[in-house]
Amino acid sequence: MTRQPFILRNPSVLAVLALLAAFTLAVTLMSAAYGSGVIPTSTVKVLGKTLCLALAALAMDLVWGYLGILSLGQMAFFALGGYMIGQWLMYARTEAIVAASLSGNPIPPTAQELREAVANQIFGVVGSADLPLVWTLAHSLTAQLVLVVAVPGLLALVFGWLAFRSRVNGVYLSILTQAMTLALALWLFQNDSGFRGNNGLSGLQNIPGLDGVSQARLSVWFLWASAAALALFYLLAAWVVGGKFGSIIRAIRDDETRVRFLGYPVEGFKLAVFTLAAMITAIAGALYYPQAGIINPAELMPIASIYLAVWVAIGGRGRLYGAMIGAIVVSLLSSWFTGGRAPDLNLPGYTVKWVDWWQVALGLSFVLVTLFAPKGIAGIFDRLAGVLPPRRHGRALGPDQGALQEQEAKA
Amino acid sequence: MTALLEVDGISVSFDGFRAINNLSFSIGAAELRAVIGPNGAGKTTFMDIVTGKTRPDSGDVKFGESSRSLLRMNEAQIARAGIGRKFQRPTVFEDQSVAANLTMALKAHRGPFAVLFWKPSAASRAQVAELAAEVGLAEHIHRKAGELSHGQKQWLEIGMLLASAPRLLLVDEPAAGMTLAEREQTTTLLVRLAKTRAVVVVEHDMDFVRRLDCKVTVLHQGSVLAEGSLDHVTRNPDVIEVYLGR
Repeated sequence: MTRQPFILRNPSVLAVLALLAAFTLAVTLMSAAYGSGVIPTSTVKVLGKTLCLALAALAMDLVWGYLGILSLGQMAFFALGGYMIGQWLMYARTEAIVAASLSGNPIPPTAQELREAVANQIFGVVGSADLPLVWTLAHSLTAQLVLVVAVPGLLALVFGWLAFRSRVNGVYLSILTQAMTLALALWLFQNDSGFRGNNGLSGLQNIPGLDGVSQARLSVWFLWASAAALALFYLLAAWVVGGKFGSIIRAIRDDETRVRFLGYPVEGFKLAVFTLAAMITAIAGALYYPQAGIINPAELMPIASIYLAVWVAIGGRGRLYGAMIGAIVVSLLSSWFTGGRAPDLNLPGYTVKWVDWWQVALGLSFVLVTLFAPKGIAGIFDRLAGVLPPRRHGRALGPDQGALQEQEAKA
Repeated sequence: MTALLEVDGISVSFDGFRAINNLSFSIGAAELRAVIGPNGAGKTTFMDIVTGKTRPDSGDVKFGESSRSLLRMNEAQIARAGIGRKFQRPTVFEDQSVAANLTMALKAHRGPFAVLFWKPSAASRAQVAELAAEVGLAEHIHRKAGELSHGQKQWLEIGMLLASAPRLLLVDEPAAGMTLAEREQTTTLLVRLAKTRAVVVVEHDMDFVRRLDCKVTVLHQGSVLAEGSLDHVTRNPDVIEVYLGR
């Protein structure tokens, strides 16, 4: 018996990659820049952002669906990734503009003057003219790209180490992660945090050095980048959860104590997955915010991370494609319903305006999925593939839960 | 014969209740021992201390030839040092196949990165198949553990213990919920295992202990009340009073 190749062991990987490629190609051919223009640039951006959210959901599924930690602070890593790339986008672009306006002066500006002028431009809005310490590397794209994964990765490592080694579990851990993202948001809201307070970073859709490239083109490029990142990390995640490592983390989810008695350092595994997921989420964020154009601390509020959990639950946790489907379907529906384009529902005596009622519908569907379809949308695929939970009838034969039932034993 | 496990005067209290009171215990490298005692005698707490789940307030636990103290090690490190534990309720990973359950228990590096890059080899597959055959689950190897019967789960867990080849095996009430035939099989297995390693069986059931035919330690109120052959301890007046008295 030889081991089958990776793709044959994970047929869903091939399906997901093929669908993703087809989707990207179709959008490209219908975009304004490279095709017929049926899809307006704003919609291309929405689709590109949706792929980034799907990537964040994929990481959430690793942490929640496979490792069993309901992290309600994932969007902190997402936003941190956005802030890190945003620093360079904003600094480099402001520098270019300032340099252009100062170039008319009889005496060319020194590096120091240029730096001060840039700082004044960026931080004038929060009443400061000095470049904060955290912007020291903002002029360097390479440095900020490293920080995109390094900062959230380090935060996850330190937070996880503290939380996991004191064996905080379950709902307490969820609250702790929520507190982390809330604390980070409140700190970023302050003007002197060095990230422009509630103004956040803006103008991120303009990529320095690519002034000649239209937004129509840029939006398609970002769609490609987002799709490539999603494909790459889907492969990585499928590989991580496919082998013995995946076995261990699902075992930790189901019975942590037992895994300890098998000799596995449970904290090490949790830390590895939590940190990896934080870095993937940060990369998703770094691709998302240049498409969104603006980032502010409201993006880190716990509600954003709770939405992420809802998407994963509706899509089906414990299935990588389930998380992605959930994020894509729910976030697209959400932007359709809240965008005011959904037709009002005329009931006798009351008109349902979806802008107001969408949240209620989403909350309700979350409750219904949790109660009646714990496997979410991905459960449909399980049913198609014939993977069914054993039907349980009669009295349990053994004293423990899940023992074979009378009728099963006869069969 | 030097002792493999040396428990020296341990005490532990929970909220003022002394669960273990100056308990000393030792077992050789290839020995079968039954630990009996009424409810609340401290049997489970004793196992918790040896496996690192509970830290004693005082005393020391030493293991192996170099007499390494277990008190500064966590559960995973103690398990890697060679102490295996079988719980009363069968605890297997129900969502995963029999093969996956056994593979997890195979001796291999336990660190996250070693596990991430671990690949099944012909040898590891053969080992899993062999273990499955040994515990009578050869044709169920691809089934999910959750679909097995209670007895089969017990056997799967025993297979997992065999896979990790511990030097000291702690077994909590193996006879609970087993049929007579299964008890017979379990007795044979435990006796055979004790030929090459130390096995401590915690048990309520006197009949089962009699079958094991080994040295018995009686615990009462957190300390050793009597030790010796089953006939010896059952003649002990203190033991009679604890078990039958009042």
